[in-house]
Parts: sequence; structure tokens; C-alpha cells
Amino acid sequence: MHKTEVSIWFFNGVMLTVYGLMIGGYGVYELISGHTPPVVLAHLHAPLWWGGGLLALGLFYCVKFMPGREN
Amino acid sequence: MNVSPGALAVSRAPHALTLFFMTTMPDHMAHLAPLDVAIIAVYFAMVIYIGFYLKQRSSTGEEFFLAGREMTAWIAGLSFISANMGSLELMGWAAAAYQYGILATHWYWIGAIPAMLFLGLVMMPFYYVSKTHSVPGYLKLRFGESSRLLAAVSFAVMTVLMSGINMYAMALVMKVVLGWNIHFSIWVSSLTVAVYVALGGLRSAIFNEVLQFVLIWAGALLVPILGLTETGGWSGMVARIHHNFPGQDLTHLWRGLGSFSSNPMGVHWTGIVFGLGFVIAFGYWTTDFLVVQRVLSAKNLRAAQMAPIIGAGFKMMVPIIVILPGLLGLAVLPHLLPETLAAHVAGSYSYNAVLPLMLVRYCGPGLLGLGITALIAGFMSGMAGNVSAFSAVWTYDIYRAQIRKDAADRYYVAMGRWSTILGVLVSIGAAYLVMQFASIMDYVQALFSFFIAPLFGTVILGMLWKRATSAGGFWGLLAGTVVSVGLYLWVHFNPAALAEVALSVHAKTMAENLYRALWAWIACVLVTVVVSLFTTPKPESELNGLVYGATVIPHQEPMVLYKNHWFWAGIVIVIFFVLNLMFW
Repeated sequence: MHKTEVSIWFFNGVMLTVYGLMIGGYGVYELISGHTPPVVLAHLHAPLWWGGGLLALGLFYCVKFMPGREN
Repeated sequence: MNVSPGALAVSRAPHALTLFFMTTMPDHMAHLAPLDVAIIAVYFAMVIYIGFYLKQRSSTGEEFFLAGREMTAWIAGLSFISANMGSLELMGWAAAAYQYGILATHWYWIGAIPAMLFLGLVMMPFYYVSKTHSVPGYLKLRFGESSRLLAAVSFAVMTVLMSGINMYAMALVMKVVLGWNIHFSIWVSSLTVAVYVALGGLRSAIFNEVLQFVLIWAGALLVPILGLTETGGWSGMVARIHHNFPGQDLTHLWRGLGSFSSNPMGVHWTGIVFGLGFVIAFGYWTTDFLVVQRVLSAKNLRAAQMAPIIGAGFKMMVPIIVILPGLLGLAVLPHLLPETLAAHVAGSYSYNAVLPLMLVRYCGPGLLGLGITALIAGFMSGMAGNVSAFSAVWTYDIYRAQIRKDAADRYYVAMGRWSTILGVLVSIGAAYLVMQFASIMDYVQALFSFFIAPLFGTVILGMLWKRATSAGGFWGLLAGTVVSVGLYLWVHFNPAALAEVALSVHAKTMAENLYRALWAWIACVLVTVVVSLFTTPKPESELNGLVYGATVIPHQEPMVLYKNHWFWAGIVIVIFFVLNLMFW
């Protein structure tokens, strides 16, 4: 029986981290530039905190399920 | 078959998959920013990479078709419900929530949870111990070759047809929402699925389904959060709904089900409990190979039993991202029209557009890309489920059983890879067929419902009753299917017959689906029992691993409480009752 070297949870972590950086980064830009898109509740800056949440979750999974690390 | 109880039940309702065909929506709803496109591109790169990464781990039949039977309970459980979460399922049920209110939640709770727990606690030992590769394979072991062939051929044909229909409908959604070219959407998404499933088999499909499950939540959860923020929480949302739709009860699950005429669905609680909660839900969640295949990949019996229970826990939460956006739509977008009206009012939107509209309402660059990626992921997980299940049934239950019986294992793996590609190509062909003849969709979906209910009757009797014979199983399955088809045709050509099938002159289309399934199941069970009593059963020695009372379940070491599947099933069922009481 094979053992999967890279856990699916690590892949999940990578994806969430990348998305967190992209969306959170745009949220930071939105906040600094004052340019907000024409959507409802734009003043809540959802990309900033949603992106931050994705990033935090993604980093947790990346570290926890890093290849070669005992889980 | 990527047709859940929900899709089965809506198959002839106005918001079925045909919903996207008759619209005069404006050119398209939204434009993607470069950031959105980049997010979608990252997703495609990731799923293809996973396919290539897992190719080396799919060299034997056990690895390719059953992921080596080494998935943990969590992975098998998330894959189990992800394969069912097609994007049309998500959009269709958000639309149903807009049309019928919170009643749509029944298809996620009573229409799923008891059945999933039953699969884990009662049925999984037989599937798992019998070491079958598929549900038709179980029928072969229990009832013989004719039952297997009937189930396998119907499953294989319908699966690829349904996959094609979903593909076309999804491409049309992308055209309506984003203005994308239909051919581009069909070919890019389906070839991506073909690449990663053909390379990595079920393991690749499962890994991607888990990825897609996380993505669906990441992309869709923001809508209810922001929606509830806008409306002032649940009570604020309910107040707005009452204001927008005075006199209608759209926020109670059971209160209006005392009669067919006191709820917007035109159903009665008996139909919901027995038709949906028992026959349709148990039929889909315990015998549809698309979902059962995921659980068969579990690494041991304990994981196989825990997987549906974990799936049930998450399934209970899916209404947050599906039903709640529909209800929020009633609060903040009260002017959406039925499909037939929207088709005649330029610039209007129908119920069916509620989920994309809510997405566009709250999500700017980046978040919109994530939401669209969630929809694409939903479509691809459903399609991967279809083609991987098709590949296994074709290879093991049709090709090996009927055409070439004694080839080497690697030969069947190669056949599995080629049949995956073939399945995708046939699906694409079906998509183009539907493009030409849209009405085919309704008939194909109805066809699915013909098989699910009787199949459940056959399988459950086979598992629980030693006296059930091969002839009983075959004729029962055939009789149930014939009854289902007959009732469908009766109502189709004489709509007044609905009152007879659903037992009320106030019944609506939805009720017909529920009662038709119930009658088909009863017919199947009756015929199976009667024929079995007049024919010779298999000796008990041949039923080990297949039937309750004749099977030695492998001994399982005692487990601490928090790892015991009965404990977690108890937790899930308590939460299930609490939720139903909360929203009574």
C-alpha cells in the first residue's frame, strides 16, 4: 500500500494561502487607495478580512501538514 | 449519477435545469477583473497538478477505481458530499428557496441526514465486507448477473447523459453571468476533468473533491454573512420577507405541511417524510454508486462507517450557503420573477438567478472570482464524480462481465483511463445534443427518478432478508421501474391524474415526484417478496458478507467514545432534531 507523500490538506493550505494573499492584498489596496467597488456593504472591506481569514487558515494547514512533518 | 434527491424532486418543477434556457436576461450580469481571472487560473492549475502528482499512485485496479481503499474517514466523508454538490444543485436550490421559502431545506435535512446515517451504520458493513467495486457489483453477488446488468447499463447510460446536461447548463450559466462563450466553457472544464480523473483515477477525483469542497465554502459563505449583516440578522431578514410577501409562510419548515393547500410547495408531510425522507433519500444516498463509491474508498470498515456520518454533519450545514442566500434574496431582491414570466419581460431576472445575483451584489474584484471559482469547482466535482463512477461501472460491471473476463489487472486500469476519456467525450456529445433539443433534459432527469426508488427496494431487501431470491430481485426491480414510468406517463398525458398519484386535488408537481417514488418502491418490495416466496433462495452459506444475519462482521477493537461511529451518529441525529424544532 502506498503512502501519499503530500497530504490533501497541504494542497488545501497552499490554495487558501495563495487566495488569501491575492484577495487580502487587494483588500489592502482598496483600503489604502480608497477605491471601493460598487457593491453593497463595500465600506466593510470584505476582501481585507475575508482574505486575511483565508490566509490564516491556509498557513495553518500548510504548517500542520507540511510534507515530511509528523502530524 | 449526479442527481441528488433534490435534483430528482425538482426535475419537473419550473426551476429545474431548464431554468437557464428560456431567459431574456440582460447581456450578462458581471465583468471579471484581472484578479478574478487569476484566481480562476490558480484553481485550474492546482487541480491539473494534483492529477499529474497522483498518476504514479493509480497503477492497479484497486488504486484507480477505489483509490487504493486507503482514504481516511474525513477525506471519504467530504468527498462523499462534495460529489453531490454540483453547482446546478447549489443554484437550483437557492432558486427553490426563493420560490418555496425554507421548505427547500427539507431536501438537505430529512431528505439526506437519516439516509446517510443509515448507510454508515447499517448498510456500509455489507458493501465493504463484500469487497465489491460497485453497487451493481453488489447486486451481482446477491441477486445474480441479470440484476447487475440491468442496474449497470441504466447507470452508465444515464450518468454520461446527465453529466452532459449538467455541463451544458453550467456553460449556459457562465454565459448568462459572465458572457463566456458556451463552447469555451464546455471544452475547458470537461477536458480538465478528463485529464485529472484519467491520470489519477478515483484518488485524484477524491483529492480534488475535498479541495473543491473547501473552495465552495470559501467562495459562497461570504454571501450569507454579508446578507445577514445587511438585513440585521435572522429576525431582520424574516421581518423583511413578511413585509415583501405578506400572508405567505416562507420561514417555517413543518407548520404548513398539514395539508397540500397550506404551503407554497403543494405537498403534505406524509410525502416529505415517506416519499422524500425514506424512499428518495435512502434510494439516492445508499444505492447511487456516485456517492457510495467515495465511501468504498475508505481505508477500513470503521472509516467507511464514519465517512457518511461526517458527511451528514457537513450536509446539515449546506443550507447556510444554499438556502439562506435564497431566503436573503426574498428579503433584499423581492422582484425576481418565475421563469415563464421573466422570459417575457426584457431586463428582468428569474428566481433561478438569485445565487449569482447575490454574489454580484456583495462581491467585488477578488471575491467575485472566488465565488465564480466555487461555482466552477462545484460543477467539476459533480462531473468528476460522474465520470469516475461511470468508468468503474463500465470497466467492471459491463466490459469485464460481458466482453473480456480474464484480462490482466493493468489492462482494466488502461480501460478505466480510456473509459474516463470516453465518458467525458460522450458527455460533451450529450451537451451538444441538449443544445439542439432542450426538452431532452426534462426527460433524462425523469428517467433517473425511475430507477432510484426501486433500486433501493431491491438493495435493502437483499441486505436485510435472507429469503430474497435472484428472481425476486430482478422482477421487483423491473416492476418498480415500470410502475414509476407508468405513473410518470399517466400524469404527463393526463395532468389531472396528479390528484390520484399524490392523493389530493391540491397537490402540485413536487408532490407527484415524492408519491411516485413511494409507489414505485412499494411495488418493487411487494413483487420482490411475492416472487421470492415462490422461488428458491440461495443457501445461507453463499450469503456471507451480503446479508444481515448471514454475515460475520469483522471484529472491531473497542474505541474510545469520541471515535465511536454510533456516538457521532447520535450527536448528528440530535442536532438534526433540534434544527427541525428550531425552524418548525
